[in-house]
Amino acid sequence: MAHAADAHGHDHHDHKPGFVARWLFSTNHKDIGTLYIIFSLVAAIVGIGLSLLMRIELMTPGMQIFADGQMWNAYVSAHGLIMVFFVIMPALIGGFGNWFVPIMIGAPDMAFPRLNNISFWLLVPAFLLLGGSLFVGGGPGAGWTIYPPLSDAEYQPGPAMDMALFALHLAGASSILGAANFITTIFNMRAPGMTLHKMPLFVWSMLVTAFLLLLAVPVLGGAITMLITDRNFGTAFFDPAGGGDPVLFQHLFWFFGHPEVYIMILPAFGIVSHVVSTFSRKPVFGYLGMAYAMVAIGVVGFVVWAHHMFTSGISVDTRAYFMAATMVIAVPTGVKIFSWIATMWGGSMRFDTPMLFAIGFIFLFTVGGVTGVVLANAGITQILHNTYYVVAHFHYVLSLGAVFGIYAGIYYWIGKMSGRQYPEKLGQIHFWMTFIGVNLTFFPMHFLGNQGMPRRYPDYPDALAGWNLVASIGSYISVASFVFFFFVLWATFRRGAVASSNPWGEGATTLEWQVSSPPPFHTFDELPRIR
Amino acid sequence: MPQRLDPQALAKRNRRMLGGAFGVVFGMVGLAYASVPLYDLFCKVTGYGGTPMIGLAAPGAASEAEVTVRFNAATQPGLPWRFAAQQPAIRVKLGEEALAFYTARNSADAPATGISTYNVTPEVVGRYFHKVACFCFEDQTLTPGQSVDMPIAFWVDPRIAEDPVTRDIRTITVSYTFFRSLNDAERSGALANAGAHVGRATR
Repeated sequence: MAHAADAHGHDHHDHKPGFVARWLFSTNHKDIGTLYIIFSLVAAIVGIGLSLLMRIELMTPGMQIFADGQMWNAYVSAHGLIMVFFVIMPALIGGFGNWFVPIMIGAPDMAFPRLNNISFWLLVPAFLLLGGSLFVGGGPGAGWTIYPPLSDAEYQPGPAMDMALFALHLAGASSILGAANFITTIFNMRAPGMTLHKMPLFVWSMLVTAFLLLLAVPVLGGAITMLITDRNFGTAFFDPAGGGDPVLFQHLFWFFGHPEVYIMILPAFGIVSHVVSTFSRKPVFGYLGMAYAMVAIGVVGFVVWAHHMFTSGISVDTRAYFMAATMVIAVPTGVKIFSWIATMWGGSMRFDTPMLFAIGFIFLFTVGGVTGVVLANAGITQILHNTYYVVAHFHYVLSLGAVFGIYAGIYYWIGKMSGRQYPEKLGQIHFWMTFIGVNLTFFPMHFLGNQGMPRRYPDYPDALAGWNLVASIGSYISVASFVFFFFVLWATFRRGAVASSNPWGEGATTLEWQVSSPPPFHTFDELPRIR
Repeated sequence: MPQRLDPQALAKRNRRMLGGAFGVVFGMVGLAYASVPLYDLFCKVTGYGGTPMIGLAAPGAASEAEVTVRFNAATQPGLPWRFAAQQPAIRVKLGEEALAFYTARNSADAPATGISTYNVTPEVVGRYFHKVACFCFEDQTLTPGQSVDMPIAFWVDPRIAEDPVTRDIRTITVSYTFFRSLNDAERSGALANAGAHVGRATR
């Protein structure tokens, strides 16, 4: 369907700038995408390292390696914020988005290459601020949800909390600039013939994600600005002593926070659609339904936020509405799950590593989605709120869902990005290690939650020791699989087979498979014509 | 996009789109701030969260139906006051104005300024609970040892007996909480302060 202009003329003006100009002042969407992916991997080492410390602490009852609850809370908060803002979002949006959105729509680059550069470089100081905050005073121990009064100056004195809040500001600014760039690129820079209804699903997912970012992140920015002035400049937005209302912060936070979880998962939806279609050698089932299911998830995602606040004292009618609205999201999500299955149905399937991760994604995301429907019930949440059941739920959709999406993307595109194909055997070993490790880590948390184990405590009664031990052993396997992943990367770059422009064969139909692997420094100086 | 645009026209279109995107961003930040007064207004208009109605005069009792109104008092630890209701509860006819009193006494040897907030529970009765006169959200400064009576005049809308959501309610609790006002806390050094290790087990 897609037909790129021939690579004529690329050879003689494909010279790249020097190292500093290329990587520090980079304006090339592929280089910036690479920077984002490297950044995400570095942040993942820190974020996964923190979770390893947490599982060591929780392996047996009693305090093991953490000094006190505040230190625990600080590490939990940093783990959550790093994983959300510095691992998943940079990999999916900044990384794959930058790399493949322009190529897939036949654009020579992003609409604003320099804006793209500042988007990336805002993330680096943000990450340093957040990482540094752990070593200042007691650390930012208010959870990733940073609810006042716990995040107020009274309970989190010292600059650590302010550093974390400012880190969120910078990361938010980075996301907003990136989102504006994606929207402009997708609307204005498509090649002739690439209508919205012909756009690959990954581009659709990035478009919806960019709109969610544009609408949700400024609300977080406003809320944390109020929090910062409450902490430092004597305002009382969330302080009842001055006429404020702490519950208002929860409303503002979750008005951002709920779309945020779709921001993290939608790009993974896009990647999984491509992978499933490629390895089933069939076009994706129900293309328009898939695209508009993402739009529907994005729209409905803005009117369900208070399901995170069922125990915040909201009225029973309000809970009834938010419960019903939340369950509505299961409909477009179901459309996507069934369409992926229908794409595989009757297809000529190959179980290469990207496909394994994509099928793993579908399975794990469905498990997390089902527990999500359970938690959407306001009555059940009275009991399960802030237990490990919730921890299990959101790790199934994010830690396993979004991360499996990232892995699927890396294995799917690494040949395209680096010019070298990963060793298939090693990729499959990596998949099975990860799959066993993460399930062993997070599935027992359902049981712990049902037994009443609350989140955000470094200790627990002896009765809960069994499944905590299992979860910790699972986390060690998961960490080992992450280390193994770096070995796979090393093996890929060291002795991977040279990748052809399309290593996947007839199933891979999008434009990135029409250019060489790796693509020339400047793709599509001559616009491709889409038929 | 049927035709390929020349670079300048494209750059212009891109800039316009970027301007629109930033407009959305500023709009959303504005909405976040606007939500502060809007949330307040929403509670006042709808009685959400047990926010009583203010200002209307009582219509007078239309029937013999009664509810019990209980009075609850709470004080923030930072405010050196003793604050309590003078009567635990009173019974009042629907539609009839009633008067109750709280007492506040400054038990410190320095003046202290308090400021209060209130609501009623069950929260659904907020829209039927009218306050005629109250002492809410005005600074009250008490000199050392000074004691004051604080009146609250209120009435309960008879429509509470018609609304299927509220007609079973026989007891309404009025709750006042006094905080030390932020200015006073700052003056007296009682404002929560940024010490180095608050919140840690080892101080």
